[in-house]
Amino acid sequence: MIKAILIFNNHGKPRLSKFYEHYTEDTEQQIIRETFHLVSKRDENVCNFLEGGMLIGGSDYKLIYRHYATLYFVFCVDSSESELGILDLIQVFVETLDKCFENVCELDLIFHVDKVHNILAEMVMGGMVLETNMNEIITQVDAQNKMEKSETRQPETIS
Amino acid sequence: MALKIVKGSIDRMFDKNLQDLVRGIRNHKEDEAKYISTCIDEIKQELKQDNIAVKANAVCKLTYLQMLGYDVSWAAFNIVEVMSSSKFTYKRIGYLAASQCFHESTDVIMLTTNQIRKDLSSPNQYDTGVALTGLSCFVTPDLARDLANDIMTLVSHGDCVKRKRCSVLIMYKVFLKYPESLRPAFPRLKEKLEDPDPGVQSAAVNVICELARRNPKNYLSLAPLFFKLMTSSTNNWVLIKIIKLFGALTPLEPRLGKKLIEPLTNLIHSTSAMSLLYECVNTVIAGQYCSSVGSVVLCVQKLRILIEDSDQNLKYLGLLAMSKILKTHPKSVQSHKDLILQCLDDKDESIRLRALDLLYGMVSKKNLMEIVKKLMLHVDKAEGTTYRDELLTKIIDICSQSNYQYITNFEWSVSQPVTPHPPGISVSWWTIRVFAVAQMATLLDNAHLLTGSMQRNGICEVLYAAAWICGEFSEHLENPLQTLEAMLRPKVATLPGHIQAVYVQNAAKLFATVLKSQEGNTDSTTAQETSQLMIDRLPLFVQSANLEVQERASCILQLVKYIQKLQQKDVEVAEEVIALFAGELNPVAPKAQKKVPVPEGLDLDAWINEPPSESESEDEQPKAIFAKEEPKHSRPRHTEVDEKELARRREARKQEQANNPFYIKASPSSQKVYQDAPGVEHIPVVQIDLSVPLKVPGLPMSDQYVKLEEERRQKERAEKKKKEKKKRKEKRSGRGKKHDSGPESEEDITPAHMVDIVTEEMPENALPSDDDDKDPNDPHKILSLHFFGPFQVVVSVIFENKCDSFLKSMEFNVLDSLNSKLQRPEGSGPHDGLTVPFQLPPGVSNEARFVFTVQSIVMPQKLKGTLTFIVKDSSTHEKLDFKLHFTCTSYLITTPCYSDAFAKLLESGDLKGSSVRLEGVNMPFHHLLARICFHHHFSVVERIDSCASMYSRSIQGHHVCLLVKTSGQTVSIDAKCDEPTLLGNVLDEIKQTFSQC
Repeated sequence: MIKAILIFNNHGKPRLSKFYEHYTEDTEQQIIRETFHLVSKRDENVCNFLEGGMLIGGSDYKLIYRHYATLYFVFCVDSSESELGILDLIQVFVETLDKCFENVCELDLIFHVDKVHNILAEMVMGGMVLETNMNEIITQVDAQNKMEKSETRQPETIS
Repeated sequence: MALKIVKGSIDRMFDKNLQDLVRGIRNHKEDEAKYISTCIDEIKQELKQDNIAVKANAVCKLTYLQMLGYDVSWAAFNIVEVMSSSKFTYKRIGYLAASQCFHESTDVIMLTTNQIRKDLSSPNQYDTGVALTGLSCFVTPDLARDLANDIMTLVSHGDCVKRKRCSVLIMYKVFLKYPESLRPAFPRLKEKLEDPDPGVQSAAVNVICELARRNPKNYLSLAPLFFKLMTSSTNNWVLIKIIKLFGALTPLEPRLGKKLIEPLTNLIHSTSAMSLLYECVNTVIAGQYCSSVGSVVLCVQKLRILIEDSDQNLKYLGLLAMSKILKTHPKSVQSHKDLILQCLDDKDESIRLRALDLLYGMVSKKNLMEIVKKLMLHVDKAEGTTYRDELLTKIIDICSQSNYQYITNFEWSVSQPVTPHPPGISVSWWTIRVFAVAQMATLLDNAHLLTGSMQRNGICEVLYAAAWICGEFSEHLENPLQTLEAMLRPKVATLPGHIQAVYVQNAAKLFATVLKSQEGNTDSTTAQETSQLMIDRLPLFVQSANLEVQERASCILQLVKYIQKLQQKDVEVAEEVIALFAGELNPVAPKAQKKVPVPEGLDLDAWINEPPSESESEDEQPKAIFAKEEPKHSRPRHTEVDEKELARRREARKQEQANNPFYIKASPSSQKVYQDAPGVEHIPVVQIDLSVPLKVPGLPMSDQYVKLEEERRQKERAEKKKKEKKKRKEKRSGRGKKHDSGPESEEDITPAHMVDIVTEEMPENALPSDDDDKDPNDPHKILSLHFFGPFQVVVSVIFENKCDSFLKSMEFNVLDSLNSKLQRPEGSGPHDGLTVPFQLPPGVSNEARFVFTVQSIVMPQKLKGTLTFIVKDSSTHEKLDFKLHFTCTSYLITTPCYSDAFAKLLESGDLKGSSVRLEGVNMPFHHLLARICFHHHFSVVERIDSCASMYSRSIQGHHVCLLVKTSGQTVSIDAKCDEPTLLGNVLDEIKQTFSQC
């Protein structure tokens, strides 16, 4: 199971946070800060796994992350997930974002966090991996966006 | 209205959307908090508007603010409003917001049940999709209970693949929150493992793997199925999950490990995916107790390739897996020592930590010094505190491994400043004492180096040992005075209390030694100087906050003052002072303390003084002073756990298992049979024999029953006349026993026609479990087990037409529950009715039978149903609502039981108890017993005066035992059963029976 997915930039500013377990807002911020602290002090070209991190912790959990340009993508997972599998999943996630936003950059995530959430929802549901095939994910996202567009053309009604 | 809409859309043009909000926040870096608080005020205004678009926009912004750490739970109700919009666009915004900030204690969550239900069955698959995604994040026990059935419907009848996949995944969340749903849903889930769609299949694998991880034992039976999947699937993601699952199963079933070796080895050789290879290796390792040396060697080889890879991730995982092999096959790992030592120099801390783990198993007498030397170099270089701490702990672990067996050179060991417990060494090997003492004296002299930098690492603990050694073996010291001086430096006061205490005590010992050497001299002034030194320095310790330091220091101070007085009178005191500390210390076995008998009349647990009262202990001040005063090496208190406590814990554990969604209990009567598979042709799995007689054997009817039945019939007829229309259900088991479960509370429907529905339910000759139609030659099938077979109940319903018109086209329909479902013919939907195969002329009654599938018998079920029919004369459609009550009692079979067997059953301790009290029962005892026998299918085991034991058995073999006592009008029933839920429900039903009379 995936416990949390975090995206933050090189300065620790959160760009997306998805917790599959409930925490208070304060704890969530603390987790983001702490995770940033752990991840940011690591060199490039070291391994992408990290044990520890008190808040999200427990020996069964690992942080698996990737660093792309200005952004860190961090997944907190337990031992039922394959480490390399999750790394691939992060790659798929980023590639999907790249396709959906056409050359994704941090600004896209800043201004369209809702869209990022929608894309993520096609990949991971309630902490369990739903789909790993990028084309499938994009088809689903596009279909829903199309539906959204067709709705905006309709006259507005009060429901 | 129209105006309002126009106004709404004009307003919207001036509203900030999410992008504006983000931009605004970015432009207000200086006063971000202030800016956001004005935004929140705006959002509050927006939420007050009727326009759903405005609301949705506001909620969208709130979701963003939530990510920044703002509590938005105050808008929960608005979020629900947006969720229930008919437009997908807004619905999605609403569900996203809900998934980010709803949780179990959000109270508006209960308002969402119907909306979610509606969305789940929406014709638009995307509505269903967002609802499922949202629900997966905020599902509560209540939601899980209420929606379980809807989700099951989606799983089995969903036409859209994506919807199916989501609903399979969400089942796991539902099981977590509402464990009762696992049992009835499991067969459905198992089915999905073989779904033609790989996505659905992978979702099912995912869910079962999660379930099995918590409680693998219950899923051993699925091993053949998974084995088949593993050899046929090409989806790496699914394969990894299955292989991980096998990793959890093999330790439980060694033969499974054997069977797996071959396909796993094949995969290891053939796959190009590193992730898959790695998981295969891991699973081989998990089953390594039984696997051949060859396969372990193969794994180690593969791991070496991973570790040598330039990819740091592979290196890390290789080391991680290697440490698992180390536990059972240390030899095979030791041959790769070079590689592991190399990893210690890696720039990556994660990798160094993994390599450190492995070192523990690498150490031998030959290389210990070399390894520790290397580690010490690392300690010097280490920049992070965590890594340094880890290093030091590892060095200590490595050295002290197996009671110092690898340490060949103790002189070397003692010279390492971090070696654990030098006192242990120096007491044990007296030959090295002299050396040790010299080393320790140097150490004490240089203590300031240690205290400054290493206090936080616990290195100063070594000073504790050093001080003690120097004190105890002070005769070996070259310059005791210098050491004494070192031990009394003011800097010592910065050390932890327990170390200071040792310092003070040992300073006294040293003092004695110094005195002795000085008194030999003619000049008495040096001895007096030494005393003066003590008197000057000790007051520092007397002022210590630590009680022990204080006490020891003041004792010794008084002693030294006394000595000084004597010295001034030129009395020789050295011999006497030395005598205070006389006696050679010998090594003490670790268990020695335990062997010392406690003197008679000494109660170690009794308070010497009355413990301070609660109010005093609330006073923080004294607590803080005494907090650190605990002696470090006190004997751990031996906690004795008495039998009662153990029993209580056992009970608690059982209770916990009962509530644990991952713990599926096999039916109590089922037996485990290990099938003898010839060779390894078949995967050996546990087979649970379905020994439960699903066919209920006929039993002779008792005389009591006949009498009561007569009574009931008469009463019933009288009632019928009184009421224009009523509905009654009664139950009858397969052998024709009948009892009245009492009239149902009637809803106020008043149709013109009298139709009496008499339902009879018989757990009759349940059909064989669904698996049996498969090819019996299938090797995967032979050993598969009937985990919890749903069984079928045939319900006979008697339709009696009490009106004067002809009734036709009768349709019988029941709203299924998760547990009980009406069996409908192939191809009909889950809500279709069944045609009653006859028509009813006036005054005629006829019987029709309906088959129900029942998952669990431990809970009573009330199914709502409707009967629709056409009245021929008026050609009008009429409807009659009814309820079918499946009581738990109806699953009990009257089974005779002998008193000795009964007693054994009660003694076995497998049964859980419960009791009930009935007040105001005004009937003879034997009538009372007859009633329980008749209505609830019990038999009397033994009766003594106003006390009787009774027994019954469920069709699944649960034992139910009662002890009925009566005094006056009060009846108490103590009951025991191996299934507490069933027992509770049976008792409720018994209570019900007597409350009606």
